[in-house]
Amino acid sequence: MSHKTLTEKIFESHINREPRIGEVVVVDVDFAMGQDGTSPLAIQKFYDMGGKKVLRPDRIALVIDHGAPSPTEGFANLHKLMRDFSYEQGIRLFDIGSGVCHQLIPESGFAGPYDIVVGADSHTCTYGAVGAFSTGIGSSELAAVMISGKLWFKIPPAIRVILSGKIPSGVYSKDIVLYLAKTLTADGATYKALEFDGDVIDQLSMDARFTVSNMAVEVGAKAGIFPVDEKTKVWLREHGRDNMCDLSIDPLANYESTVEIDVSKLEPQIALPHRVDNVMSISEIGDIPIQEGYIGTCTNGRLEDMEIATSILDGKKIHPRVRLIVACASKSIYLEAMKKGLIEKLVEAGATVIPPGCGPCVGTHAGVPSDGENVISTANRNFKGRMGNNKAFIYLSSPATVAASCLTGKITDPRRFL
Amino acid sequence: MILHGFAHKLGDDINTDYIISGKYKFNTLDMKELARHIFEDIEPNFIDKIKPGDIIVAGRNFGCGSSREQAPLVIKNAGLSAVVASSFARIFYRNAINNGLPLVECDTSRIQDGDELEIDLENGVVRDLTGGFEMGINPLPPFMMKLLQDGGLVEHFKKYGGFSIG
Ligand code: SF4
Repeated sequence: MSHKTLTEKIFESHINREPRIGEVVVVDVDFAMGQDGTSPLAIQKFYDMGGKKVLRPDRIALVIDHGAPSPTEGFANLHKLMRDFSYEQGIRLFDIGSGVCHQLIPESGFAGPYDIVVGADSHTCTYGAVGAFSTGIGSSELAAVMISGKLWFKIPPAIRVILSGKIPSGVYSKDIVLYLAKTLTADGATYKALEFDGDVIDQLSMDARFTVSNMAVEVGAKAGIFPVDEKTKVWLREHGRDNMCDLSIDPLANYESTVEIDVSKLEPQIALPHRVDNVMSISEIGDIPIQEGYIGTCTNGRLEDMEIATSILDGKKIHPRVRLIVACASKSIYLEAMKKGLIEKLVEAGATVIPPGCGPCVGTHAGVPSDGENVISTANRNFKGRMGNNKAFIYLSSPATVAASCLTGKITDPRRFL
Repeated sequence: MILHGFAHKLGDDINTDYIISGKYKFNTLDMKELARHIFEDIEPNFIDKIKPGDIIVAGRNFGCGSSREQAPLVIKNAGLSAVVASSFARIFYRNAINNGLPLVECDTSRIQDGDELEIDLENGVVRDLTGGFEMGINPLPPFMMKLLQDGGLVEHFKKYGGFSIG
């Protein structure tokens, strides 16, 4: 059988024979990552399992991003455990201020085409944007990879997602992926891989593709993989990778199903509380006042996102009853945004810029909403309690919609400001 | 392995944030302490309502959301013996098996809150003793059954020094 899904092609390159969908294989993992919510338990499990030395320290990175800088004593002690372990084992540690794991791993050249990458964080699927099969695992599994360099996988069937048409002005990759979440629902792709195809891909920057792959797990998918094109290769070269092979969709491959989305008529989309697939077009939702806006996270904390938000906020002031929090996804994005004058403009407009990291996204610190408040955020999850208060309401959108909403104090169509 | 306990019924799409909120899980590795806050955001004082051996019964997509392994660990440490759901999210599924928490996939619509249940994992049957009916369950793939029988991934690694297949 010569027609293969991207997933099959990637697994084939690791097992050196024809893969069968549904079979369980144990493969060498190219890179593994843990963050500060999952690594401390992985370190404990590493020793429980009898681990002494990490097999391939050059293939592991730990990231302190979920509570960075440490908000509590508990966090601080777990961070120390990670710092000590990294130092002893000679593995790369991204300490506070470095950024969010899912930006740092691809940005550092640790993920690329045909790689199998795992991370003890569900949004590890983000690196599908650069043609990797990357997926979230648990802490015990991270420990198993540290000891053996390997992990077991059940080779998943794939869904071909064809994105076609021309992306309208004011509509972004976040709107496309929110619409996809609505179409597939929160468990529509459980145990499966999403593979993206269609002429929209050419219109998406690498930053925009990361946003789409990032949210694959929100429909239950194991991975969300883009083909590798010239744009991918240029980006990867800029980020320290040079051994690149082509990876393209074969329409004759055995796709379990195909979903086609014509984006030409798409409006900005909003996910309403408390479900990521509870999505509506902006023209349908009516007046919803907001008290907090958040631009950042591994979904939309990249340079392009900062540029889009700044283009709307530049020279204006946010609504007096609104707080806007901004966090770049990594230190290098933060520096770039400073050099370009974006940070200055955002602060002038009334934004509070916090260090690169997760913070408000996961409710650990720096932006917990109060009871009954509405937040509009560029994150990927709006579960009840997600931002640290189960009596608050989280709406998800593109950075443009967050910026526009912060100006008016209610959820607002960004096309008004373009 | 036959499990016996009372059903605590929850809905569809129970995510790992609901199982244990991020605001607690990052602060400690003490699972007993974390277990006190199990399901707190959706049902306050849930921990006071359960007895050892009780069974979580849920709808579709149980365990969706983050990859936190604390989720199955907290369920185990709260004294719950298994989760029965119509379907599971994949990372939770792996994490549960890796920690020796039995998961049972079957149609849960007829099971009522408080029903007395018996789960026979070997023979693949769930019996609702209160409702007076039984259901066959989807079997685990052999490799996962082995992990579960070994008591999870840690025990599996201790026994074999690595993965015993492949
Ligand atoms: S930014 Fe949010 S979703 Fe992304 S890794 Fe951090 S906590 Fe998770």
